[in-house]
Amino acid sequence: MKRSPLLEFNDKGIYCAEADVYLDPWRPVDKALVTHGHADHSCYGHKKYITHHSNVPIINHRLGDINVSGVAYGEEFTVNGVKFSFFPAGHIIGSSQIRVEFQGEVWVYSGDYKVENDGISVPFEPIKCHTFITECTFGLPVFKWQPQQDVYTDINDWWVENQLNNQTSVLFGYTLGKAQRLLHGLNPEIGKIYTHAAVENMTEILRSQVDFPETHRITKDTKKEEFLGSIVIAPPSAHGSPWIRKMTPYVTASASGWMATRGARRRRALDKGFVMSDHCDWYGLLAAIKATEATEIVCTHGYTEIFSKYLKTIGYNARTEKTAYEDEEAIANEKETLS
Amino acid sequence: MKDFAQLIKVLDSTNKTNAKVDALSKYFQKAKDTDKVWTIAILSHRRPSRPVNTTLLRNWAGELANIPLWLFEDSYHIVGDLAETIALVLPKVVSQTTKSLTSFVEDMILLKKKSDAEKKAYLFEQWKSLNYYECFVFNKLITGGFRIGVSQKLMTKALSKATAIPEDELAYKLMGNWDASSISFEDLVLKEDNASQLSKPYPFYLAYPIEDTPTKLGAISDWGIEHKWDGIRGQVIVRDAAVYVWSRGEELVSDKYPEFQQFIGNIPNGTVFDGELLAFTNGKLGSFNDLQTRIGRKKISKKLLEQTPVILRVYDLLEYEGNDIRSLPYIERRELLSKLLSNLDLNTLPLQLSELIRLDSWEDVAKERVRSRELQSEGLMIKKLDAPYGVGRKKGNWWKWKVDPLTIDAVLTYAMRGHGRRSNLFTDYTFGLWDDEKKQLVTFAKAYSGLTDAEFRKVDAWIKKNTLERFGPVRSVTPHHVFEIAFEGVALSKRHKSGVATRFPRILRWRKEKKIEEVNTLEDLKEMIS
Repeated sequence: MKRSPLLEFNDKGIYCAEADVYLDPWRPVDKALVTHGHADHSCYGHKKYITHHSNVPIINHRLGDINVSGVAYGEEFTVNGVKFSFFPAGHIIGSSQIRVEFQGEVWVYSGDYKVENDGISVPFEPIKCHTFITECTFGLPVFKWQPQQDVYTDINDWWVENQLNNQTSVLFGYTLGKAQRLLHGLNPEIGKIYTHAAVENMTEILRSQVDFPETHRITKDTKKEEFLGSIVIAPPSAHGSPWIRKMTPYVTASASGWMATRGARRRRALDKGFVMSDHCDWYGLLAAIKATEATEIVCTHGYTEIFSKYLKTIGYNARTEKTAYEDEEAIANEKETLS
Repeated sequence: MKDFAQLIKVLDSTNKTNAKVDALSKYFQKAKDTDKVWTIAILSHRRPSRPVNTTLLRNWAGELANIPLWLFEDSYHIVGDLAETIALVLPKVVSQTTKSLTSFVEDMILLKKKSDAEKKAYLFEQWKSLNYYECFVFNKLITGGFRIGVSQKLMTKALSKATAIPEDELAYKLMGNWDASSISFEDLVLKEDNASQLSKPYPFYLAYPIEDTPTKLGAISDWGIEHKWDGIRGQVIVRDAAVYVWSRGEELVSDKYPEFQQFIGNIPNGTVFDGELLAFTNGKLGSFNDLQTRIGRKKISKKLLEQTPVILRVYDLLEYEGNDIRSLPYIERRELLSKLLSNLDLNTLPLQLSELIRLDSWEDVAKERVRSRELQSEGLMIKKLDAPYGVGRKKGNWWKWKVDPLTIDAVLTYAMRGHGRRSNLFTDYTFGLWDDEKKQLVTFAKAYSGLTDAEFRKVDAWIKKNTLERFGPVRSVTPHHVFEIAFEGVALSKRHKSGVATRFPRILRWRKEKKIEEVNTLEDLKEMIS
């Protein structure tokens, strides 16, 4: 008897019928295996959450009182005879891929991932499998990232230049992940680093896991004069809000993969765009897929149609599946409110 | 090229006008003269004609990037800029070029006449030696159109800052036909009087819109009123037994409007008119749609000339008896204009006077504005009687007070990704109206503007989730969202599937409360045809 595929896509999420569990479900379910803490992958309302240890404090902070248990990378557990294990995805702190094995068949769901070692999350590890479910947020050949260190150099140079012009540097990055990655690369010898409250709250939680430079939370009482020459890390939603006026005179920049195209930067009316992403670029995706040795590829969010079409031309059995996952920036713009 | 690429990078990466002016004027202070001339030419749309067609560019870029052509095309639709897409997909290299901007432009002029194989070899050589941004600028030089938020006005301002020559004087010097490959910076910019060219037009003076009512302008006795005719703004020059017609886009269009050759011998040499080019058939003013049959044509057939003759409705005189009279008050220029026209037989010439209307109160002005549609005008022009003829768009002396647009409720049916700052966002929409039986939606107009950035983002996200079919870059969507579309006029048209053409359609507002059943019909639209 032919059984249904090991993982299926239904209206609640990625479903393993054999074990009756969901991976990154976007509607409430009984048992959810969660890859990482971004809102589209870890939703409210599941009865039970299983995720990597490092992600537990993150989703506790974001989702409040939930029933969650943590697992280590490589630690295998079995549900109804199906073996599950988490492996590092390198996307943000605590992010995982999920390996699913049943009767010798292996699927890996990538969650969101990048192949470059960012120095703050455990680096991506390719896992051999038959079927690989991959994101392809930046699945176009126009996306090509520079080494992280080069981007850090550009950011610090920009900060120094603004300081010389007596301006405050305001750098946008989403609260969980990008903000900490930026902090990791800033040179604290240049000046003081200020943080938006949403960024500071998340960073405080992660300080037990990673060393970050000293930051100063911006409050009602922070004086206007203090900002001059310093750098402010804020979520993208702060751009154009009244909150930012206190930093005048300031210049703005964003760090995101979308900054690779001029149109995206101009649309956001930013002074500067740094191309830095927590997702793979085109070459990263292709290299990661090759390393899994999978022949079946399922493309979820991003440029799925184009990317899967290309995978077919180079010999993979590729297809697309609809999910509710989006890129962080879209979510950050909609969901993050100022506090 | 390094300096020019760096300049473009700075111009492209700031939204602040002052920063742009600074960067440009610094560049003008240190660049070599031929590079300066080419920079002025490129930023005022005078680049050399395209040496390689875009099909070849796409093929070759795909080949060097080692990706299939369809993937290059799909990437282009998302990036929204060909030059940028090529620079992005090509392998990254460290810059090795030492050539100047001038030498690149000279290459391109020669390249145009070369064989495809030579063109390909040249492009590959450059693509392999230019870094990302230089490559982007190089591709822009080939494909044309540097749209980086540098207006002619801004460029003139920077040049003025660098040379200490007044802006208005520079604006005039830079008008007309000059050839960047032969003119020197000295002749173009620095020389006292370079008005030697017979065809040289004056910079157009442009009006500011009045937002609500003109009563704040003060005493009505200081102002003259004209109707704002719906054609093409044009300057017609008669000098030395020759006629030159310029459109507002600084395009010399004399060949497209041969009827004005009749001015030779009838209108004194040393005359420059400012007015509106309008279609005028059988003693009746045509619509803009009629004029459109003439605009795109290079060769004008005898039949077309008879079917849709064009006239100049003149409202200002810039040169009289060979003298530049722009500094005279408007009322005096109008008097000289009337005097000049009174000596002509206007029945035999494609020339009419746009009447100067003097009214006693702003209420009368408002009443006159109501008559606009009936007179086939777009509204009123309000001009200060004692004001000189200015340069460019300046607030104060010339105002336009357009009629309120016509509007109709329509449903979004197709969407396409935008370009430039809207690349990768679905912002170019097609709208439909119900047919007579209210069974089918008929597309009738495209609109690209009128929503806020936030609204565009919302509609974009909705389109991505509600796509029915994809046709290359175009997507059909579930008919659901209703928008109020504003337009300036409507006319019957054989070129449109719906049988009607709207003038300057744009989105007025998103009618979230309306259902698609409430959308107007094509019949409703046809009833608006005047």
